[in-house]
Amino acid sequence: MEFFLISMLNGLTYGLLLFMLSSGLTLILSMMGVLNFAHASFYMLGAYFAYQISVFIGFWPALIIAPILIGIIGAVIERYGLRRTHKTGHVAELLFTVGVALVIEELVPLIWGRVPMDYKIPPQLDFTLFTLFTTDFPAYRGFMIFISVFMLVLLYLVLTRTRIGLIIQAALTHPDMVGALGHNVPRVFMLVFGVGAALAGLAGVIGGNAFVTEPGMAFAVGSIVFVVIVVGGMGSLEGAFVASLGLGLIQTFMVAIDYTFADVFAMVGLDSIPPGTVGDMLSVKFSQMAPMMPYLIMVLMLIFRPRGLMGARES
Amino acid sequence: MSDIKAISIAEVDKGMSGIRRWVFWIIAVVAPLILPLIFDSSYAISMMSQMGIAIIFALSYNMLLGNSGLLSFGHAVYFGLGGYFVIHALNAIDAGKFYFPVTFLPLLGGLGGLIFGISFGYVSTKRAGVTFAMISMGIGELMFAASSVLPIFGGEAGVSSNRVTGTGLFGINYGPPIQIYYLIAGWAMVSALLIYALSLTPLGRMVNAVRDNPERAEFVGYNPQRVRFIILALSSIFAGIAGGLAAINYEIVSQEYLSANQSAMPLLMTYIGGTMHFFGPVLGAILVTFLQVVVGVYTKAWPLYMGIVFMIMVLFAPQGLAGLIMQHQPILRAGLGARLIPSYLYAMVSGLIMLLGIISLVEFIYHLSTEIHSGTEMTLFGISFDIASSFPWVITILLIAVGFFFFRRACSAISSSWNSALAEIKGSESHE
Amino acid sequence: MNNTPILELADVTKSFGKTQIINGVSLAVPRGERHAIIGPNGAGKSTMFNLISGRFPVSSGKILLDGNDITAMPPFEINRRKLSRSFQVTNIFHRLSVYDNIRCAVLWSLGYKHSFWRSLNRLKDVTELANHTVEEIGLGAKGEALAGALTYAEQRALELGITIAGGAEVILLDEPTAGMNHSETDAAVELILKVTKGKTLLMVEHDMGVVFGMADRISVLVYGKIIATGPPEEIRGNKAVKEAYLGEEAV
Repeated sequence: MEFFLISMLNGLTYGLLLFMLSSGLTLILSMMGVLNFAHASFYMLGAYFAYQISVFIGFWPALIIAPILIGIIGAVIERYGLRRTHKTGHVAELLFTVGVALVIEELVPLIWGRVPMDYKIPPQLDFTLFTLFTTDFPAYRGFMIFISVFMLVLLYLVLTRTRIGLIIQAALTHPDMVGALGHNVPRVFMLVFGVGAALAGLAGVIGGNAFVTEPGMAFAVGSIVFVVIVVGGMGSLEGAFVASLGLGLIQTFMVAIDYTFADVFAMVGLDSIPPGTVGDMLSVKFSQMAPMMPYLIMVLMLIFRPRGLMGARES
Repeated sequence: MSDIKAISIAEVDKGMSGIRRWVFWIIAVVAPLILPLIFDSSYAISMMSQMGIAIIFALSYNMLLGNSGLLSFGHAVYFGLGGYFVIHALNAIDAGKFYFPVTFLPLLGGLGGLIFGISFGYVSTKRAGVTFAMISMGIGELMFAASSVLPIFGGEAGVSSNRVTGTGLFGINYGPPIQIYYLIAGWAMVSALLIYALSLTPLGRMVNAVRDNPERAEFVGYNPQRVRFIILALSSIFAGIAGGLAAINYEIVSQEYLSANQSAMPLLMTYIGGTMHFFGPVLGAILVTFLQVVVGVYTKAWPLYMGIVFMIMVLFAPQGLAGLIMQHQPILRAGLGARLIPSYLYAMVSGLIMLLGIISLVEFIYHLSTEIHSGTEMTLFGISFDIASSFPWVITILLIAVGFFFFRRACSAISSSWNSALAEIKGSESHE
Repeated sequence: MNNTPILELADVTKSFGKTQIINGVSLAVPRGERHAIIGPNGAGKSTMFNLISGRFPVSSGKILLDGNDITAMPPFEINRRKLSRSFQVTNIFHRLSVYDNIRCAVLWSLGYKHSFWRSLNRLKDVTELANHTVEEIGLGAKGEALAGALTYAEQRALELGITIAGGAEVILLDEPTAGMNHSETDAAVELILKVTKGKTLLMVEHDMGVVFGMADRISVLVYGKIIATGPPEEIRGNKAVKEAYLGEEAV
């Protein structure tokens, strides 16, 4: 029970963080048709910027400043890079973001080095929020949940209650029509790209010190966010939400399960599998399988439900 | 620029005709045979072996990207699994479990690639475009994650073997690197020929049609998913052959073979070389490998340079090097090539100045961030100096600024000399 | 003689969400007929074509091709059964040459499927049929040109060429003369008559001159329902048609 509840909470934290990334990615993807490969790079930049700012003036200003900076960087990249490639087609746009990701991936260690940063949780939040049976639940996790939920509610309100939000929603379902309504589509694109980047940056700010801030963090998260998008269904925010939480929970639980396949077989009375290739395979622990899980789920989803959980479009 | 692009694409197939095509193929066959006689250092031979592997891998990749419009981020899966197939086969041969001539071992790699191409391709080719890109990446990550878990991949150390095994055909035992080079060169030629031939078949053309307009392909009787599936399976054979050759060459296969980096390599090579021409990926593979081996020795910032070059190509030259070369055909044919030379020289000199500045700047920062423990003195291009003083930095910034200023002017000089040449060609055409 | 209609629609409906676009269409087209479908904008003509050719699934009802049920088939299966269609918005392979566009259109029907062991250039039947078709649609001089670089009228001709090249028995043409001037329209009509000789032709067309000049029979589609079907004279005299459609536009 204790294990279950704590894993639930940890999975929820991780899942919400994933959704902060995948929501921006989904908005950019559905509106602009661009799969932003550099999205996770903004997450990484968020963490590094926050670290640097917190060294100078502390964590709290960083929480505000870093995402705004990332948002501006995102908007500039859209305005002066992505827009140029737009006429060449979606593949060129995607490849441009791949280039951006590659360069950021190398610029970061160029500036900060390859070792993980000493990006600490702010002392104000460095205490135990509550103790569940014997396990402590850190306050910072609670803070992460709070920030994520706060941002999501804000995003929801913007999308449903404001004029720009309605335009964005219209663009989600009828991408060709918005231009005809007389809106400045390029400006909306730049805004969405910038806000998406800022959201990713914010995720980096609050995730960087909870997990790790190092040059490999972008790629590690990036590929999982793609899985979220595919599993949730292309262009569906609701799907991305469900998939983010689902994957967050599954991965958290898997890591914590210390059984091997052989153990499971033994439970049902099959304990005499000889060593050898098959026997070796069965000695793999579930926790070791955790990194594979998101991708396995994606493959299974594609076989049995190619549209994804809530996808409306085929591609 | 749109004029220029239209010409270059139209020239793709009929660009080289008759005798010139034969000359091209003869060079392609003879050059790899005599190159090791000219560059006979072990350094050169190992680099050329690496190039041969890269060429097969890149050509296999372009069957997807250029010919089918499928952008894959997981092609290393087939490369790597082909490699694992061959390395395990080598070990089995060593242990006397079965006999198979090493010369033909890459075929087993191809088989490995094919098996996984069929099973994963069934899933991934259900979609095209951006979704395919994501799925291919997911499958790549799946296999990479699997390789650190499943014992058959040998964990982080990988699986190693010894290629000098069995008696070999005609006494060739693949001990000396030069024998390996010829093995790779031979397989590269066979693969290139097959991939080229494939592009001239009914399937080869339908693959282009599905790339251009999958919907219309459905209304002329083709199932686009099926077409994509078959081409992916075929392409994974060649990726597997490349992986198998790498296994024989390095005598070790590790996780690195399945990594995202390994998947990114053929993308970079193919795109930089040019996806719309058969020889584009070959050019890209040779160039990128050369830079990787040569530049990689001097600087750790190599991946950064690679990324910048890639981004510049995407922004300014999406047709790739091959496309840039082929664009000159109409001008060269009209005998107006000399007209472009002055502006090209101008651009080259100013570009080099700018490049010098950029490289210096990157290397300074790199030195500061990674090698600061060895002091602030460093040597670049044979010159030693202390980057604690401001002098080198000022020079660097100056180089970039001056280079950029003149490079911009050179670019407009290039475009005006192009326009005048094109205008003259058009003028002479309308006179006829 | 075979008296089954070559194409038959039985009470076909189609809704997008809550909006019903096709409200129970039944239609039988006998072999060799030139059948035109007319109706005001938004009547569902293009949707009907999309249902027949398998582009969209029907909501209910049945579609029979030569007596065989093709209702739930994907487009390529239907095409393999000798039904081919053109598109209102030009739908060609832009980065292939004119000649290759046509070659791609004949490969399946000549039985080459996914063949990757034969050289395309050495397939005599493909070459002959492609050359013949390219000449027939009047693009003989442009065979090597990129399809994307053709003029609008040339692209329309190519669109028609791709549609008929495979030798389909039933041909659906969606507004083949849309956006053409008078002389272009005349040339297009002549071309259509030439290349569809002996075939069954079903066409959506707005140009009444073309429709009444070419069609053996005409169906009038209004709000997703066929309100009349008959030979041109009969349609011209039909009161309901006049009210619903011709009354507004043909004066």
